Amino acid sequence: MAKVKSLADLKKMKEQLQSSISLREKSEHPEGMVQVKVAMATCGIASGAKDVMEFFTGNLEKRNVEAIVTQTGCMGYCYAEPTIEVRLPGQDPVVYGFVDVKKADEIIEKYIKQGELVDGIIPVNYETIDKK
Amino acid sequence: MSKYKMHLLVCGGTGCHASASNQLLENLKKEVADKDLSGEVQVISTGCFGFCEKGPIVKTIPDNTFYTEVKPEDATDIVAEHVIKGRQVKRLLYKDPVRKEVISDSKDMGFYKKQLRIALRNCGFINPENIDEYIAADGYNALGKVLTEMTPEEATKVVIDSGLRGRGGGGFPAGVKWDIARKVESDQKYVVCNADEGDPGAFMDRSILEGDPHSVIEAMAINGYCIGADKGLVYIRAEYPLAIERLKIALDQAREYGLLGEDILGTGFNFEIEIRYGAGAFVCGEETALIHSMEGHRGEPTFKPPFPAQSGYLGKPTNVNNVETFANIPVIYNKGAEWFASIGTEKSKGTKVFALAGKINNVGLIEVPMGTTLREVIFEIGGGIKDGKKFKAVQTGGPSGGCLTEKHLDTPIDFDTLIASGSMMGSGGMIVMDEDDCMVSVARFYLDFTVEESCGKCTPCRVGNKRLYELLDVISKGNGTHAELDKLRNLSEVIKDTSLCGLGQTSPNPVLSTMDNFWDEYLSHVEDKMCPAGQCKELIRYEVVEENCVGCTACARNCPVNCISGERKEIHFIDQSLCIKCGACFEKCKFNAISVS
Repeated sequence: MAKVKSLADLKKMKEQLQSSISLREKSEHPEGMVQVKVAMATCGIASGAKDVMEFFTGNLEKRNVEAIVTQTGCMGYCYAEPTIEVRLPGQDPVVYGFVDVKKADEIIEKYIKQGELVDGIIPVNYETIDKK
Repeated sequence: MSKYKMHLLVCGGTGCHASASNQLLENLKKEVADKDLSGEVQVISTGCFGFCEKGPIVKTIPDNTFYTEVKPEDATDIVAEHVIKGRQVKRLLYKDPVRKEVISDSKDMGFYKKQLRIALRNCGFINPENIDEYIAADGYNALGKVLTEMTPEEATKVVIDSGLRGRGGGGFPAGVKWDIARKVESDQKYVVCNADEGDPGAFMDRSILEGDPHSVIEAMAINGYCIGADKGLVYIRAEYPLAIERLKIALDQAREYGLLGEDILGTGFNFEIEIRYGAGAFVCGEETALIHSMEGHRGEPTFKPPFPAQSGYLGKPTNVNNVETFANIPVIYNKGAEWFASIGTEKSKGTKVFALAGKINNVGLIEVPMGTTLREVIFEIGGGIKDGKKFKAVQTGGPSGGCLTEKHLDTPIDFDTLIASGSMMGSGGMIVMDEDDCMVSVARFYLDFTVEESCGKCTPCRVGNKRLYELLDVISKGNGTHAELDKLRNLSEVIKDTSLCGLGQTSPNPVLSTMDNFWDEYLSHVEDKMCPAGQCKELIRYEVVEENCVGCTACARNCPVNCISGERKEIHFIDQSLCIKCGACFEKCKFNAISVS
């Protein structure tokens, strides 16, 4: 990657990156890109988030789901680790808690493939700075 | 959500579970099935909504109606009225206690605005190992703005105007600290990030470094520009391997993009960051001890002044801030000092991250505006006390802080009110205790920690804390008298007044605050030789309650020292001279036939 040489460069980069990320989110094809974020802070990893992450990366492709699986930091729900956030194209993200491999399988089959919510949703309980 | 037209989310958290949310869930499913709606309406059990005081909770999607205190028998009405006829069941809607209004949409509820994420804004949102995601989330914009549009003086003024105070615990105004370092003349200055998080129960700095390392890097570079330093150091405990790894990745990426190193963004400003490892000593969170440790000396504090801003790392002017303080910095430039100063209380601006732990339902990382009350944090966000027990105390500020009680629950939390109540903010550990916690044991636990962590340089701390621990030990074993209680208080005052650094000056705080707030408990240990919470082993007795004992032999079979005798179907007996007070009999008995006194 080339160096960022000026603030203008950085701004241009930000726009490109933002649009590429929003492209992922607002995909024209609803079956298109699914985003799965696995909370991989110490609390998550200690509760088995690595296995869950591996399961998602391995299985989504196998089951022909086009998806991006990434890791992220602590979502704050340490009591419900491992936690994951799933964003289906064009929809609000949904966070699931206590996700083991069995639960992950259910999430792929029911929520990701058919859009059916499954047990274990963690309700959002904070505001982000964008709203303030 | 293609198939189903409506979803009913039923809280399955511990609190709601205890109030029969399971039965409610079953009833709703049955009602939905009876009305032939199974293909259209889905009933789902969720994690905790946090709002346990008003549980069980039912939320409907997509119309976001929020029902509170729902009983199993309300399932009929919800399905018949809401689901079928589309009319809200008014009597189950939430009533705002302040405005006395009925609120139906959860988006309008004050409760869900209690948390505001500033320092944690990217934690759990972006991939910490991908700089592109940080840039897409406004990352490095503040650094660019500062380098191209502001003089160091102007940039420092932004932090002063924001009113940001150091989140490490002391609460010194960050901008003022920067300004002092900026004004000192020197050929070399340093920026230090204090990532030595040693408080028992605190984990916010680790989580920020694990979830959003770039925000700390960006803030350090801004600080470097403000004070005229081209070198930054992160002092991090070696026990945080994941945080270290993510920080290293982030540093490499920032270098690769030219956001660290020579001539950043073509402005001629140079800045580089190195990592220094600490061995995890509590005292090294203190700035002077931290600096000595980085220099390769023993992590011992020295008397201030000179302050690090005058003579710090290698004798050069050094600005030390902790991780959470730095994490706030980029937002302050992006959103403006006024925006930041509009959040919080008069003298404590912005938000504070707390690591909620202990006997609480929602253990986790939360961020609330300063001025939020302890009650809101513990009972609303934290979801209340585990297993329906009674709240007893909350420990804030780690070993330097104190225990607050029921009467403090409605105090708005900020730096000054916590100190006025006999505790302190500290780095933000918050340990919640219930009726089963013995406050003498709690004080002894913290003293044990301080004794271990004292660097030993000054006598009041090295010897005094050891003696404090011994006094507490004597009391908890039932051998204490009023003389011990008097000594405890006097010695505490002396240690506070005469210790060299913050560690010693604050180490008696857990003792003093528990004595102030739980004097009765100390008295019962000393006068009645009793531990009201049933924790101090030497002071409790397990006995068989004869009228409840059915002779099931469960206690005798589980007793590790075979001190329980009695025939099948006959009353059992505990031999007190052999009993080791492990509590196994108490836990195994299903008939409440073992009492603790």
